[in-house]
Amino acid sequence: MGSEIWIVALLLSQALILPIAQAAEPHTERISGSAGDVLEDDPVGRLKVFVYNLPRKYNKKMVDKDSRCLTHMFATEIFMHRFLLSSAVRTLDPEEADWFYTPVYTTCDLTPGGHPLPFKSPRIMRSAIQYVAMNWPYWNRTDGADHFFVTPHDFGACFHYQEETAIQRGILHLLKRATLVQTFGQRNHVCLKEGSITVPPYAPPQKMQAHLVSPSTPRSIFVYFRGLFYDVNNDPEGGYYARGARASVWENFKSNPLFDISTDHPPTYYEDMQRSVFCLCPLGWAPWSPRLVEAVVFGCIPVIIADDIVLPFADAIPWEEIAVFVAEKDVPSLDTILTSIPAEVILRKQRLLANPSMKQAMLFPQPAQAGDAFHQILNGLARKLPHDKSVYLKPGEKVLNWTAGPIGDLKPW
Amino acid sequence: MLSLVSISLHTFSCLLSLYLGFRFSRLFSFSPPTSSSHLNNFPPLPLSYSPPKPLINPLTSPPRPRPISGRHVISIRPWAHPNPTETLQAHRILSAVQSEQRRRHISPRLPSPPRKFLIVTPTYSRTFQAVYLSSLAHSLLILPYPVTWIVVEPRGSRNDTSAILARFPRLHVLRLSYPGSMPNTWAQRSRVESRMRLMALREIRDQQLDGIIVFADESNVHTMELFDEAQMVNWIASASVGILAHTGILEKDIEESESTNKQSSSLGFPVIGPACNSSGHFVGWRALDTSNYTGKIANFVGEEGLVVPNQFEWAGFVMNSRLVWEKAEGRPDWVRAFSVGGSVADETEIENPLDLVKDVSFVEPLGRCGKKVLLWWVRTEARLDSKFPTRWIIDKPLQITVPAKQTPWPELPPEIVIPTNPTPTRQSLTDKQHSKTGRSSRPRHRSRGKRKRESHMNSS
Repeated sequence: MGSEIWIVALLLSQALILPIAQAAEPHTERISGSAGDVLEDDPVGRLKVFVYNLPRKYNKKMVDKDSRCLTHMFATEIFMHRFLLSSAVRTLDPEEADWFYTPVYTTCDLTPGGHPLPFKSPRIMRSAIQYVAMNWPYWNRTDGADHFFVTPHDFGACFHYQEETAIQRGILHLLKRATLVQTFGQRNHVCLKEGSITVPPYAPPQKMQAHLVSPSTPRSIFVYFRGLFYDVNNDPEGGYYARGARASVWENFKSNPLFDISTDHPPTYYEDMQRSVFCLCPLGWAPWSPRLVEAVVFGCIPVIIADDIVLPFADAIPWEEIAVFVAEKDVPSLDTILTSIPAEVILRKQRLLANPSMKQAMLFPQPAQAGDAFHQILNGLARKLPHDKSVYLKPGEKVLNWTAGPIGDLKPW
Repeated sequence: MLSLVSISLHTFSCLLSLYLGFRFSRLFSFSPPTSSSHLNNFPPLPLSYSPPKPLINPLTSPPRPRPISGRHVISIRPWAHPNPTETLQAHRILSAVQSEQRRRHISPRLPSPPRKFLIVTPTYSRTFQAVYLSSLAHSLLILPYPVTWIVVEPRGSRNDTSAILARFPRLHVLRLSYPGSMPNTWAQRSRVESRMRLMALREIRDQQLDGIIVFADESNVHTMELFDEAQMVNWIASASVGILAHTGILEKDIEESESTNKQSSSLGFPVIGPACNSSGHFVGWRALDTSNYTGKIANFVGEEGLVVPNQFEWAGFVMNSRLVWEKAEGRPDWVRAFSVGGSVADETEIENPLDLVKDVSFVEPLGRCGKKVLLWWVRTEARLDSKFPTRWIIDKPLQITVPAKQTPWPELPPEIVIPTNPTPTRQSLTDKQHSKTGRSSRPRHRSRGKRKRESHMNSS
C-alpha cells in the first residue's frame, strides 16, 4: 500500500517538473503533439532492437554495385541499417529484444537514369524473410509481428511505382503482420497498413545546410514551386500524373505574379525557398515528396496538395497547425485560400517551423543526432510496445501462407 | 455468347487502339510484361479505362465522382487571372512577415530609440535630375527612421527641384541655395559638389542639428542595410562602395576595357572602402587603380566614356553630427575642428570627410568590416544639349506631331481604288477599309507636309 502511494507520488512529481524544466524560447514555439512533447523523447532505454546478420548480397553488395543508392531519396533504408548497428538501442542478445530488424535493401536496383526498379524487390524481400525464418526461431514465433522493415519506395511494400499496379498487387503477403517503416502514406489505401510508421524521404542534410542564408533576408516570394507540371514521358495525354493537380496549378496560376512556379532547375533553389512564405508540395506519381522536408528545414510553410495523405510522424507532429492543406478539387482557388489566411496564423506557423526540434525530426544526419528522424522512428516503435499477447503464436499455429501472391514473386532470388 | 462478347470487345479495343495510334502504344510501352500472361500478346486494358475526355474542362461541367486512380480532369477556373484585392492582401501578408523578420533579427542589434538621420544631397537641374532625386526620395520614405533631408542646389535650379520635391510632402526637407553654378566637366563638378556638401555641414554646425550625417548622392543606389549599420556609428564610419563605372557606355566598349582591367575585384567591378585583415581589424583602404581607365575617361558631363570616382568619395561616409559642432561633449581629440567659414580659401582644404579627422585609423568600418557592399556609385548623365520638358510633364497637346519612321500599319500606295457605291452586305468591310486608308493616308500627307515645313525650319 505504502509503496503504491510512493510510486504515484513519484509519477505526479515527474509530470509537474517536466514542463518547468523545458523553458520556451522567445521566437519559436514548442510543438505539443497529440501525445505530448514527443519529439524530444529519448528512445534509449525504452526498447531493444536486434539486427539480423544477413549475407552481403542483401545489403552491402547492392550498395557496392551502385553507390547512387546512398544519395537518392530512398536512402533511408541504408542509413537506418547503419544507424542501428551502432545505436545504443541495439542488443546482441535476441532473447531480450523487443523488435527485430532485417537489413534488406529493396530499393537499390537502379536504372541508368537512377530510378529504382521494383520488379525484383518482392523476391528479394521473400528471400530475406526465408533466410531469417530458417536461421532464427524468432520469425516463426510471431510470424513476423515483432519484426519491422524499411520499405521507402513509392508505394511502400506494394513494390511498384504505378499506382494501379501497386493497388492490384497489394502489400506483400509475408509482411502482413510486420511493422512497416515507409515514406508512403495515404488514408484508405491498400498500400498503407494499419500501424505503419510514416517517415520523411531522405534529403541530404549537409547539402541543405550548405545553402542556408541569413534569417534576416526578407521573405519576398509569396508562393514558390519548382518541378514538373506535366510528365510527358510517362503521361503523354495528361490527366494521370498527379491526378491532374499539378497541371491545374500551372494552368490557373502561370500568369499570377504572386506565384513563382516553373520547371526550372535553378542553382539557387534552396536559397529561394528561404525567401518564400509558402512552398507548394503537391503530389506527383506518389503523394509524398522531398519538398516537405526542404520546406520544413528552410522555414517555408508547406502547402500540401494531396488528398488523404498521411504525413511523416503524424502522431507526434501536429501537421494541421504547421502546414496548409488544400484539397485537390480546390486547386483553382488556391490564391483565394492562401491570401485569406490571417497574418497572425501565418506568423504562428513560421514560429512552429523555426523550432529546431521540428527541423531535426525531418532529417537523417550522419552521424545520428538527438531528436532526428532515426530517433523518431525508434520513438514510434517504442510507442507500440509492449506487444499484445496475440502477437505470440501458439505452438503449431500458422497465420502466413507462404505461397500467396503473384506467381512471379515465388521465384527464388 | 460469351466468346462473341469477348471477340466484339477485342475488335472494339483493336479499332480504338488503331485510332489512337502511337500515343496509345506509348502509354503501355513501359509497363512490364506480366508473368501471368494467360491473355494473348495483346496489351491489357485497365478495367477503368474510359474514352479520352477533353483535356481542359471549365468548372461549369457537372461534377462527377472522381476515381481514385486513372485519368482525371484538369480543372481551370473560367477567369484564371489574379484578383487585385487578393494581391493586395498577399502584399499585406508579405509586409507582416518581413516586419516580423526585421523585429526578430535586425532590431535587437540596433539602438532604441532609433537615431535621426541627416541626409546631405547636392543636386542641380538637368535631364536626369527627376529620375535620381525622386528615386532617392522613395528610398528615404521607406526608411523606418526619422530623416531630415538637406538638399543643396545652385541658385538657378530652385524651380525644378521644387517641382520634384513637391511630390513628397511627407519628407522633411531643408533646402540650401549655393551661390554659383554647376560646371560642365566631371572634375569641376565634383569640386563644386564638395563645396555644396560643406555648405550643408556648416548649416548643421550653425543650427546644431543632431543626428547621423549620411552623404547620399542622388544618382547612387543605397541599400537599406547601409542605414541599419549607420545607426551604430560612434563618430565617423565608412562603408564599402561598389563602383559601376561602365554605366552609360556601349557593350562593345565594355568588353575591350574588361579584358585589360585587372584591378577590379573578383566581383567584376571595383570596390572602394575600408579593408580589414583576417582577424577583423581595420587596416587600410581599398583604392581605385585608374591606370586601366586612361584614354577612356569622359571629361565632359554627358560625354560617352567611363566616369570614375575620386580616390575618396564623400558617398559611403557616415558621421555623427557632433563631429562638426563647435562644442560637443565627449568629442575625441583626433577630430579636427570644423571651422570652415565660407570663403574659398577655407573650403579647398577639405575635399573628403577624412580631412575632418587627424587620425584616419579611428574610422569605423561598416558592413561586416567592409566585406559587404552597402551602396553603389553610379554617374550617368544625358548629353549637355539634351532637352526635357519642364517638370517632366506634357500637359498641353503638342503643337507638332511627327510620326515615327516605321509605322505599325503597312504603307499604302498613294492611288487607292475606293469603291464609291458599296453594297449593304459589304458595308462594314468597306467602312473598315475606308477608315484604314483614311488613317494611313492622313498622317502620310501630313508628314509629307510637316517634313517639308521642318526642312524649311532647319534650313532657315
